[in-house]
Amino acid sequence: MTIAIKGSQEGSQVSRRGVLAGLGGMTFCLAFGTDGARLFSEAQANAMANAQVTPWVRIAADGTITILSAGAEMGQGSMTNLPMIVAEEMDADWSKVAIEMAPADASVYGYMMNNNVRMMAIVGSRATMLYYNDLRIAGAQVRKVLLMNAAERWGVDAATLRTEPGVVINPANGQRLTYGEIAAFGKVPAQLPKVDAKELKARKDWRLIGKGVARRDTPLKVNGTATYGIDIKLPGMVYATTLHSPVHNSAPESWNDAEVKAMPGVVGTVRLPNGVAVVADRFEQALAASNALKVAWKKGAAAGFNSVEALTRDYEKIHHDPNTKSEPVHTAGDAKAAFAAAAKVHKAEFHSDYGYHAQMEPLNAVARFNDAGDKIEIWEGTQAPDLSRTAVAQALGFKEEQVTHHQCYLGGGFGRRNGGMEAVEAAQIARAVRRPVKLIWTRTEDLAQGRFRPQSFQCLEAATDASGKVTGWRHCVIGDGGNALLTGGMRIGYYGVPNQSLELRGISHGVQIKHWRAVAHVFNVFAIESFIDQMAVDANMDPIQFRFERMGATPKARACFETVARMCDWKAARPQGRAIGVSISERSGSLGAGVAEISVDRTSGKIKVHKVWVAVDGGTIVSPGPAKANIESAIIYGLSSVLHERVTLKDGAVEQTNFHDYSLMRMSDLPDEMHVQFVDVDTRPTGLGEIGNPFIAAAISNAFHRLTGKRLRHLPFTPERVLEALKA
Amino acid sequence: MVSFTLNGRQVSVDATANTPLLWVIRDHVGLTGTKYGCGAGLCGACTVHLDGKAVRACQTQASEVANKSVITIEGLSPNSSHPLQKAWVALEVPQCGYCQSGQIMKAAELLASNPKPNREQIVAHMDGNICRCGTYHRIIAAVEQASREG
Repeated sequence: MTIAIKGSQEGSQVSRRGVLAGLGGMTFCLAFGTDGARLFSEAQANAMANAQVTPWVRIAADGTITILSAGAEMGQGSMTNLPMIVAEEMDADWSKVAIEMAPADASVYGYMMNNNVRMMAIVGSRATMLYYNDLRIAGAQVRKVLLMNAAERWGVDAATLRTEPGVVINPANGQRLTYGEIAAFGKVPAQLPKVDAKELKARKDWRLIGKGVARRDTPLKVNGTATYGIDIKLPGMVYATTLHSPVHNSAPESWNDAEVKAMPGVVGTVRLPNGVAVVADRFEQALAASNALKVAWKKGAAAGFNSVEALTRDYEKIHHDPNTKSEPVHTAGDAKAAFAAAAKVHKAEFHSDYGYHAQMEPLNAVARFNDAGDKIEIWEGTQAPDLSRTAVAQALGFKEEQVTHHQCYLGGGFGRRNGGMEAVEAAQIARAVRRPVKLIWTRTEDLAQGRFRPQSFQCLEAATDASGKVTGWRHCVIGDGGNALLTGGMRIGYYGVPNQSLELRGISHGVQIKHWRAVAHVFNVFAIESFIDQMAVDANMDPIQFRFERMGATPKARACFETVARMCDWKAARPQGRAIGVSISERSGSLGAGVAEISVDRTSGKIKVHKVWVAVDGGTIVSPGPAKANIESAIIYGLSSVLHERVTLKDGAVEQTNFHDYSLMRMSDLPDEMHVQFVDVDTRPTGLGEIGNPFIAAAISNAFHRLTGKRLRHLPFTPERVLEALKA
Repeated sequence: MVSFTLNGRQVSVDATANTPLLWVIRDHVGLTGTKYGCGAGLCGACTVHLDGKAVRACQTQASEVANKSVITIEGLSPNSSHPLQKAWVALEVPQCGYCQSGQIMKAAELLASNPKPNREQIVAHMDGNICRCGTYHRIIAAVEQASREG
């Protein structure tokens, strides 16, 4: 199933392609090359059929404009946002725009990452940021073609014509042609017009970007009709659930197969590399059979692993052992010299536990082979349909062309739905039982088999000169996950510290770890911004002033701090028993300074966050409503992780099993107030999905210090840890 | 075989007595607006109304609904016209949206018995429903708006 939405308000779901194919009209084919996005005429596209050129924009004679979206929709609004950018430059009538999800083909629909690799993975807040320029140019090219066709029909110069949403107008005589009317007779030239960046609409002329365009998925999400992967139902489909090795990635040796297969409705069991799948006519039967499984597992890599011991004992040993391998993350100037010449050296250490995504829709996928068994279709909601398709093809020994991927809505992503593991399992199970299969992981499996934000140990040192300025900076992160999962947020480019040495010291535990909403920024920013607050306190300075005068905050950072200071009336006295703390974080090109106002129950150790203010420089804000909602969401996600969430492993297995022992923030913990403001800038859009999250830990811990004189040094700030800190 | 009224329509399904209502609704009948989140009554994503009372469909056995009336999100109103649904759209509450059927059904139970709840009453009533996207503040505002305009 591909999600397609027609009309602006009603939000009905219609089937893909073909609905409009019979209506005639123009087809524009767009490909992203090394020189950016290019449109091709249909004839040209047909000639290029083997080069995987696929249509992005179609205009039907009835005026319906179908725009494909490569924005996996997990709640952030990208599905609507990306086509809106195309529509803006096309000057399309938004009410006539239908949205379809783009096929899982990164060579055509991917954005350009490093090394000339195209990707569709909607991760790290990339969707709007990385598609923005290409989609604007693509939209402008379509508009030019429409103008050319109208000019030819009227026998006038295209340059004399203008457009209003969905209409080409000849100002000389008031003649009008709708885009639908043009599509009925128009031709796409073999050589599409070039669009120079200077020809793009000026900001003042925007009708959609920066305005209040409603998300197309909202109406479907209040009446139960939005289709997630878990909702797919196919004729003849059977249901599967899996039991994986409690110690990650251990193979099953044997299990009570005969007993399980004799249970009601059971169709079969399937051996997976790291688990056993049970397949039944009904999901409740699969569940019952899975609960009855007794599996002997081979010994896994993480056997005997104890996460608490590792974090508090092993990581510190690694840090203090001069023989452990150090990987440089970033160096600037001469840190060694700065420390040698320092008037004072400051130090601090921080810990952070494993974190679980806890996306509300447990992992699932639906798989169906064709009768010949040489083609497969996959349905799932995924952040990376391209990676999923590749993973399924590889697992089955197929070429990618043999795999069709149908994107669905995602019941939360946060970094979890990316990689195709569950699609691969569904495919393997479907092949084994020769039936269409819906695989659903139970919540307990989703948690036990989590791919966690890694735990980590942070060691920071700073050198200050005689004037108190920070001249040297050392930051060492210790943990499992390498550069990809441990070093994000270490770079403090928004400060002007001249001499820096950032390093990573790695260890491997065999525990599954992965990206998680801003991942390493969470613990690195917590450490960095708590440490800076500590130095400000030592210097007896206002923490914002310290960042300006002693850390050399950049103008961009200053603007964020100044905005948030105004928002929260920074200097104002707080009610009795409350205090505020400030922090800043970079993420995906955005910068956000935030303040939290908290109180502490000194008997229970519970921290209450009353108010949060955050000022974000996210570049041009393409869609203000969802942008604000993204920040609010990340604040809550951050608060939940900082105050509640903790995964521990004992004897190699995850100890938590469901939401009773992996606590998420609930409504009663909601701050009384949350205020989000965007710094008004004209720069290109940057990522907004995660910037609201990483600042929150230090904002709280810095407020806690102001309130109690004690410092919190271990994430999350559970009541036990708060009480411990108060006693210290 | 279990017979009950679902969204005003008589249904009979070939489910065992102990099958969770969640799977009866989703798989046997085929209404998928009611979601599976935890399977343990901890998140509220599967909230439906049983004779007017909000229950967790994952913790309710098929036998418990025999000859009773079950309302799901699909049956809350025709055309999304319930004041809560209108407020949910107006305030752009949903993000990923997965929990929202359960949130709306839980809130509908509140307004049915207390048309003018204050914030504390809303929070106390809704506290068992998890929203991982963190739309709690908008849920509160939407319940308040529905209460005003409903």
